[in-house]
Amino acid sequence: MWVLVGIGILIAGFAVRLNPLLIVVAAALATGLAAGHAPWTVIAELGKAFNDNRLISIAWLVLPVIGLLERGGLQEAARRLIGRFRGATTGRLLLAYFAFRQGMGALGLTAVGGQAPMVRPLIAPMAEAAAERRFGPLPDALRQTVRAHAAAVDNIAVFFGEDIFIAFGSVLLIKGVLDGAGYPIAPLQLSVWATPTALAALAIHGARLVWLDRQLRRTMTPDPAA
Amino acid sequence: MIGLGFVYGLAGLMFAAMAGLSAGDRANPKRWGNAAFWGLVATSFLAGDHIGGLANGLIVIALALLAGLGALGQGRPVTTSPAQRLQGAERLGARLLIPALIIPVVAILGSLVLKTIVVAGQPLIDPKNATLVSLALGALAALAVAAPMLRPPLLAPLQEGRRLMDTVGWAALLPQMLAALGALFALAGVGDVVGRLIGQAIPLDNRLAVTVAFTVGMAGLTAVMGNAFAAFPVMTAAVGLPLIVRRFGGDPAIMGAIGMLAGFCGTLVTPMAANFNIVPVRLLELDDRWAVIRVQAPTAMALLAVNTALMYLLVFRF
Repeated sequence: MWVLVGIGILIAGFAVRLNPLLIVVAAALATGLAAGHAPWTVIAELGKAFNDNRLISIAWLVLPVIGLLERGGLQEAARRLIGRFRGATTGRLLLAYFAFRQGMGALGLTAVGGQAPMVRPLIAPMAEAAAERRFGPLPDALRQTVRAHAAAVDNIAVFFGEDIFIAFGSVLLIKGVLDGAGYPIAPLQLSVWATPTALAALAIHGARLVWLDRQLRRTMTPDPAA
Repeated sequence: MIGLGFVYGLAGLMFAAMAGLSAGDRANPKRWGNAAFWGLVATSFLAGDHIGGLANGLIVIALALLAGLGALGQGRPVTTSPAQRLQGAERLGARLLIPALIIPVVAILGSLVLKTIVVAGQPLIDPKNATLVSLALGALAALAVAAPMLRPPLLAPLQEGRRLMDTVGWAALLPQMLAALGALFALAGVGDVVGRLIGQAIPLDNRLAVTVAFTVGMAGLTAVMGNAFAAFPVMTAAVGLPLIVRRFGGDPAIMGAIGMLAGFCGTLVTPMAANFNIVPVRLLELDDRWAVIRVQAPTAMALLAVNTALMYLLVFRF
């Protein structure tokens, strides 16, 4: 029971807005101590686990080239590009990206996309520019909502696309757990049953993106100069 | 063979350069904090395999303290003005997008093609880590295409990388730290305790109650652990197999597939899934740290309801 103390620290820490990195390390140390391990052992276990998971932070290797392209005007180029499509709205653009990212995920190509390589330099500026072309400069709160939507599309589309691909990690994990329990199944069965939810995700989030366009139209008056 | 050692070395050198450039950045009043933080990260990447668990653990604690005490500032490397960027966009247009798109293309080609290439009896890249190695190669390839196009000063990629890195700040390490927390949870048996509690708490005599307990439990436990992969074995052992499959004769494949997707609904609403929900808040410079979660929550709740309904309608039928 005591090992649940780490979960308590996480919830309390987030509630009082401590620094998340500090909360997580405190929760990890407390959990190890509650499990009865010696303090030095717990620190070493945490260090080893951190070291073993360095591959997660490899994604930051893209920052120098993304930063360099931003320096050269990448965000501005993305904005100009979307300006050329007359029918492009924020919602339609994000819906198109949703379908593209979900489709790529279903083919196992989850590397196409991501917050640092795609959303910050391309998708978020395009989504903003599509709104600004119709309504002129956005108030800050609305601009931030549009950006948050760009991030959300990247996440939701890949989560509910990748499980259709038969060799994706979660499919293999499900198969591993069920095989181990004596229920051998084929990965294809899993991807078949992941499809209805994938379609529901496209329909539900797509409807919300159409509604985002409506919300933009209601809050903003069309800019005669645009 | 190009493997993780190469990728870690590359990342270590990048973080070391960011630390060095941070130390010289007089425009950042907290430059020594930034230098110490990225220097420790560089040490972890360059030497983590040789210094042992305890030293790595002390690095982790030092990183958390630097972040918790607010020791990191925003570096201000010299960059281009908005007017210069507009000029660049006009001059190069959509060509600027090419290097950005090279990254995923190389990542995909690498994980499909490069890993099958054998040179002198050795695979060219480590097949176990083909995707990560290809991502690193993709970043280098994009740099090689972008540099002649933009003709930047020699240090510009590192300085611009540092500008973005400081925008993300300590949150850059949160996903890795959460994975480490997950490992400690596993060592301490947290999942088993939670699974036992949930197993005791739900009524056993009703298909609907059992279905809801499984899907909502998957979402809830995923929100706590930050990861559906960690929650799935626990919930499957506590509810999925004993109740849905064995007691009520449900189909294990449907239970597994839809159960995992119910877990993903939890991933969308938790700050514990930092690389999806917290990192973009920093990358997109949003004021509200819950901004992305707020946008995702309605879809997540609706999809949890859909998954629960699909599970109830399908799992006992096939």
